[in-house]
Parts: sequence; structure tokens; C-alpha cells
Amino acid sequence: MKKYTNTGSKDTRSGFGAGMTELGQKNENVVALCADLIGSLKFDEFKKNHPERFFQIGIAEANMIGIAAGLTIGGKIPFTGTFANFSTGRVYDQIRQSVAYSDKNVKICASHAGLTLGEDGATHQILEDIGLMKMLPGMTVINTCDYNQTKAATLALADHHGPAYLRFGRPVVPNFMPADEPFVIGKAILLNEGSDVTIVATGHLVWEALVAAEALEEKGISAEVINIHTIKPLDEEAILKSLAKTKCIVTAEEHNILGGLGESVARVLSANSPAPQEFVAVNDSFGESGTPEQLMEKYKLNNQAIVEAVERVMKRK
Amino acid sequence: MKPNTQQLNNLSIQVRRDILRMVHAVNSGHPGGSLGCTEFLVALYQNLMDRKEGFDMDGIGEDLFFLSNGHISPVFYSVLARSGYFPVSELATFRHINSRLQGHPTTHEGLPGIRVASGSLGQGMSVAIGAAQAKKLNNDNHLIYALLGDGELQEGQNWEAIMYASAKKVDNLIATIDLNGKQIDGTTDDVLNMGSVRAKFEAFDWDVIDIKEGNNIEAIIAGMTEAKSKTGKGKPVCVLLHTEMGNGVDYMMYSHAWHGKAPNDEQLANALSQNYCEGESDY
Repeated sequence: MKKYTNTGSKDTRSGFGAGMTELGQKNENVVALCADLIGSLKFDEFKKNHPERFFQIGIAEANMIGIAAGLTIGGKIPFTGTFANFSTGRVYDQIRQSVAYSDKNVKICASHAGLTLGEDGATHQILEDIGLMKMLPGMTVINTCDYNQTKAATLALADHHGPAYLRFGRPVVPNFMPADEPFVIGKAILLNEGSDVTIVATGHLVWEALVAAEALEEKGISAEVINIHTIKPLDEEAILKSLAKTKCIVTAEEHNILGGLGESVARVLSANSPAPQEFVAVNDSFGESGTPEQLMEKYKLNNQAIVEAVERVMKRK
Repeated sequence: MKPNTQQLNNLSIQVRRDILRMVHAVNSGHPGGSLGCTEFLVALYQNLMDRKEGFDMDGIGEDLFFLSNGHISPVFYSVLARSGYFPVSELATFRHINSRLQGHPTTHEGLPGIRVASGSLGQGMSVAIGAAQAKKLNNDNHLIYALLGDGELQEGQNWEAIMYASAKKVDNLIATIDLNGKQIDGTTDDVLNMGSVRAKFEAFDWDVIDIKEGNNIEAIIAGMTEAKSKTGKGKPVCVLLHTEMGNGVDYMMYSHAWHGKAPNDEQLANALSQNYCEGESDY
């Protein structure tokens, strides 16, 4: 099994920006829309290279989603960019009617997702966005784990027809996925083979799961780690295949325990192969101000929390 | 050959018959605003718009229309069918299960002529702006038309869109406001007085024209022709279309009561008797 190491920490949003820069050169139908957050979303290069294909909407997210839907009529592939809170909760009805129900080829790209937004606090730290988006029929939902994967996902979305939600974050985090790793929407990536427990992680929690697996190995527990970048459609086959071997599962995500990856996995288990599951997720609360590290520790979303969840779930086998 | 005024008036009567029969058949739907916008949509599709044969979603090389106040779907469906987008007989499936003619318009069932779902109010202007900007990127000189209800202007997203369209010089867009002064709960003045809609659009730097006789085919064509002449000059164009909700059915006019209520058998017979035309071709 390949060993994953940090090749140099970067923010996932810069991976999005790099993907957009490349798409701008590759695909003339790609257009970008932003609601007054060019720097935060790393749109600077795209805007500089393709001013005619860049739309500064102003602080008007509802209008941005509608304009994006309209731009698809005429063959454009719009990528909208703002914080995750303003990409989803603020504009839910616009996404529902003008994008999802209308089957528009809009890519809703959301930075600053989850607690790791940090000091700005709960007004900006949405922990419900995966749930909101995965409930929309036809919506693809992706939560990437590092710079390389975010860039790869951005490129893959331009070739995928249909509405999609791409979720990434603000902080600098380990970059460990190989730059040439193919990104296949809906296809999980097995990072670490194991036999005692399956850890299914998404977003920033994938690296934490790898760290946890190392700690578990020292305790004599063999953990299988799955990087589940696509929450919808969920790679049920990969989960069930691993579960057949390990007989128990831990899900890990930077999201509310209600409505996130964990619930999607629980549904797969209950319908196919009931097994003990523990959830590493925010326990139905809002976030608060603090550094990303402090918040991930307080809300039990780090590698130690994953180790503890593994120990709990192993006892339930 | 474009139809003449007499033919357009006859078609308007036919469309009113369709609207009344559609909502009566399912005892639901929105006849008031549909009847009020009948002449406008007939003029738009039969005279004003430069349309291609058939339907494709991208609509490159033709004018496009977006209905934001999707609840007036009966008039939209009737005019689309009578303009050749789908069989007139399909109007009989309005609001039925397994129909392409949903209560509010949708692309989901693949009905030709519909480019976006509408019904949840306030979203159509933004979509129309996006389509207008796509036309510019495609070097397509055709126009985007949008229709909004006046009560619908109470939705905040409209004002985001109205601000944006002038700032970004979206001058290939003609947005028409159905100024009937009525909404579900009463007059727009009673529910939420909007003051001067003209002054508001002018303050947002749009070109604004009034069509005072919004149920008169010739006045609509003259006014919309003037609106078209104002496109391409750096500003979006707003048309204030003064209409009467329930137009053409005496007991429905001058009230908001028929916004979302269907006539019973007796009321339908009465309404149809007021809307008879030579050679009617009811579905």
C-alpha cells in the first residue's frame, strides 16, 4: 500500500484557484462568478486572464445563482464562488428551483466550509451544507481533502454535466494526494488497507484519519482508510467491500452529525449489511470563534477523536 | 407572414378559452394573471420575437422569453402550444399526474418552450440576465425578454438583479412588469405599497416605458417595438405593462379574487360565452 506523506501544506481553496486557472485556458465555455470574494476564492488569475468570462456579481448571492443558471442557456459552464454558508443556506431556494430542478449545469463552489474557517465564528461556519445539498435530487456533492484533490475535482467538474456542489476550506493543511491521482466523481479512494476497522473520511478529516491509522497501528489495530471525496453519489460498493472485511465503521467529517456523510453511510449499512458505526462529526451544534486547531479539538474532529471512535466501535463488534 | 391584428385578437380569445377550460378542468390554477397577460404573450410569440423553428435549450440565434411569475402557466402553455412548441391537445393534461404541463412551468419534464423552472417568485430576472450575458459572450445579437408580476417585485432578489443589470450594462434585455396592481391578498397598495415602480426602475438607471393599454394588441406591439429600439444602448429596458387581472371575463375583472381560483361549470359557460370567436379550435 502506498504511503501518503505531506508534500507541503497548502489551502484547499488555492487548489480550486489553480483548477480554475487551468480550466480558463482549456475550456472557453467555462465562466466564473463571484460575490465580492475574489481573493478568498483565489479567482485572481482567472479574472486577469479572462476578464470577459469573469462576472463580479457583488454581494448578492441569490442573483449570482440565478445568473449562473441563465448562463448555462447558451452553453456556458458557470462556476460560482463564495463562502459555503452563502453558497448554500443563503440561496437554497434559488439552487433548488433555478439550478437543481431545472437541471442546469452550474458548479457551486464553496470555500471556508466548516469549523476551520476559524475566528469569524458561527455566522460563517456552516455545518449543514452537505445535508442541504445532498437532499437536492440530481445534485452531485463533493468535499475534497487537500490542494491536489481540490484542483483535480475542479477540473473533473467541467467535464461532468449537471448541477454540482464542491466544498473546500480556508486553512493551510497537509497536501498528500498525488498530483496525478485521477479524480473520478463518485469513486472512493482506498488510502490504507486494514482489517479491523474501516474509517470513511471526507474533507479535512481524511488527513486526520491517516494520522489516526498510524496511532492505531501502534496499538495493534489495523485500520482501513477510505477517502470519500464524493458524498453523492456515494460509492456504496467501496464501503460495503471494506465493511465485509472489517465488520465495523467510523465516519469522519467536518459537518453536523445530522445530514452529513455519516448518515449517508448509515443508510447504506442499514439497507445492506447492518454493522456498528461511530460518528466523528459536530454533535448538532453551531461553531464559535477560535483557531482551526482549537476548534477541531474542542468539537472532537481531529485524529485523537477518530482513535477514540475506533476504540468505541471495536468494542461493539 | 406575421398574423394581422384581427388574427391576433382572435388568437387571444382562443387562448382565453384555453386558460378557462384548463383551470376549470382541474379546479385549480391561476386564471386572473393569465387572462391579464394573454394579449402580451400572444403579441410576443406571434409578432415581436424572432424565433427559430423547433426548440433547443441553448436558443442560440433567436430571441428567448423567461416567465418569472410561473403561476400564470396556463397562458404560457396555451401560447406555446398555439405557437407550435407542442400539440394543442396536450393542454388537456394541465396539472394532471404524469403530465409535462406541471402546475408551474418546469424543464424537468422536457416540455419544449420552457428553459427554466419558475413558480417560487423573484428568480426569473436573474436567470434572464444570465441568458442575456451568455448571448453577449456568444456574439448573438438576439434579445432576452422576461415577464414579472408586480407583486413579485416585493421579492428582494429582483432588486439585486435590477441593480446588477444596469451596472453591467445588460442592454439586450427587455423586462416587462405586469402592472395589474393586484396580488393574492388584495391590491399591491394594500399588501405592500411599492410607490412608483417607474421611479424605482429609473433610480436604478433603467430605460422605462409604459404601455398604458396592456390588453390592447396594437398598443402592446407599438410599445414593445419602442422598447426594442431602446436596446443596445447601454441600459436594460423595463416595460410597465398596465393590465387588468381577469381581462375578458366580466365577473373576474377589477378584483384580485380570481388570482388563484377556478370557475365552476356555470361560471365557465358564462366566461366562454363572453369569449367566442369564429372558427374556435378548442382542444
